[in-house]
Amino acid sequence: MFFNEEFETLPRPALEALQLKRLQSALERVYSNVPFYKASFDAADVKPSDVGGLEDLQKLPFTTKQDMRDSYPYGLFATPMEEIVRIHASSGTTGKPTVVGYTQKDISIWTDLMARSFVAAGAHKGDIIHNAYGYGLFTGGLGAHYGAERLGASVIPISGGNTKRQIMIMQDFGSTVLTCTPSYSLFMAEEAQTEGIDFKKLKLRVGIFGAEPWSEAMRNEIEEKLNLSAIDIYGLSEIMGPGVAIECIEAKRGLHIWEDHFIPEIINPTTGERLPEGERGELVITTITKQGIPLIRYRTRDITSLTYEPCICGRTHARITRMSGRSDDMLIIRGVNVFPSQIEAILVSIEGIEPHYMLIVDRQGTLDTLTVQVEVSVQLFSDEIKVLQALSRRVEKEIKDMLGVTCTAKLVEPKTIQRSEGKATRVIDNRKLS
Amino acid sequence: MKVEQISIFIENKSGRLAEITRILGDAEINIRALSLADTSDFGILRLIVNDCAKANSVLKEKGFTVSKTEVVAVEVPDRPGGLSAILKTLDREEINVEYMYAFVERCGGNAVIIFRFDETDKAIAALTAQHFNILEGSRLYNM
Repeated sequence: MFFNEEFETLPRPALEALQLKRLQSALERVYSNVPFYKASFDAADVKPSDVGGLEDLQKLPFTTKQDMRDSYPYGLFATPMEEIVRIHASSGTTGKPTVVGYTQKDISIWTDLMARSFVAAGAHKGDIIHNAYGYGLFTGGLGAHYGAERLGASVIPISGGNTKRQIMIMQDFGSTVLTCTPSYSLFMAEEAQTEGIDFKKLKLRVGIFGAEPWSEAMRNEIEEKLNLSAIDIYGLSEIMGPGVAIECIEAKRGLHIWEDHFIPEIINPTTGERLPEGERGELVITTITKQGIPLIRYRTRDITSLTYEPCICGRTHARITRMSGRSDDMLIIRGVNVFPSQIEAILVSIEGIEPHYMLIVDRQGTLDTLTVQVEVSVQLFSDEIKVLQALSRRVEKEIKDMLGVTCTAKLVEPKTIQRSEGKATRVIDNRKLS
Repeated sequence: MKVEQISIFIENKSGRLAEITRILGDAEINIRALSLADTSDFGILRLIVNDCAKANSVLKEKGFTVSKTEVVAVEVPDRPGGLSAILKTLDREEINVEYMYAFVERCGGNAVIIFRFDETDKAIAALTAQHFNILEGSRLYNM
């Protein structure tokens, strides 16, 4: 089943011709409308007209998350603000989010691509889509919502949280499709079990899970416990939001990236060189139809590989494999982006805490856990238990307030956290994802 | 009238207590009294030793977080209600006990309670006025 059969199955030569035409037009647009791109193209001594074929994309400089931060909030927008109908944002390291703007046309394309994604995942008109992605600045909730409506499904805009109510509504409203983070789906299954509700008796048929890395083993567990077909979806707010790529239910082998709107590349994250098909590296995406904030060769920091092999579903669009990590140190904990540097900034703002800390990420049952180890210096040390416990609680509260992530602060003896001359290891990630 | 106590932060992992007592033993420091307060993650070891300054410096040298605290040692009459009488006095004066621990004096056979008060001087005054026997630090260190 397709939502837009013509474009989803476009033969590769036609698809590539369309990509080139759209790329050239996008390059002209950013070069004349976005001072950042004029400066970066000029610095690399390339003009939009130098791009005569898709392979010439490699001549262009990258765009990074740092470039977006430096242009905060609207510096990379390519249209006047009056054309922008929606603003979303994602968390950033310094407390400043990265901001994206959408024109009416951008929203319309996003909605179409999300509807395509739903169909690829096996959803259709008549489905009751239980959308437990967060609504708000985060793109997950609204992105899935619009796509579900475009599809003609009935969407329940429940957003995240209040698990008991989620389960009650799924049961009473007869939800057939669930959209949320994979870890949350398992948490729901556990909650349902303690409530004595059998997920297998619910009408759920398909789960569309994303916004955090997960594994094949986790898919098996979800499918077993929730009695549905679990589909991996990929997206990021910088590029659009959810629906940049999705697995098809026919194959469940790799995520089709909608190439009529995005050009994917895989690069060596250290050298920046493009890697051949099948090799694992950092995903770089160029948006070729976006108006509000077109991005050229955006470094996603997500590690994956790319294949152009034909898929049994009939879609001609390339597939990326499951994300296996990030090329920078960003942690995704229960769907929330956390940078160690953010935690460091919070810790050092608490009087007496030295910047020696360690973050331990684990998965207990189905939920990610974050433990922050803090060294107890002479200055912090008190002879009284309650003072030290208050310190732990303060660390936990400040991190929760600033980053929205629940953590456990653990006080450790001085000098027990490894010191390093160069780049210190700040994170131990014990989650087994592959 | 006050007794010096050293407190040491210890992580809840095996061998830490053994390590501390080994360091003190090697430095020929004698432990007079001790108490261990613990939570699931960490503990605080409180010690009265014969040479507080030396214990402090050898432990710091080995990387432990150590602090000195002033506590009060009170002799408890060896009869029913002995401790109760002390606490009653403190309660009347609205003095809070942050923590306390007990040991038995080697020579006299009486129990000795080590107190950490929120208002140490006021506590000493109140207890002295009621004729409780407060032990000098030197007596404990050289017991």
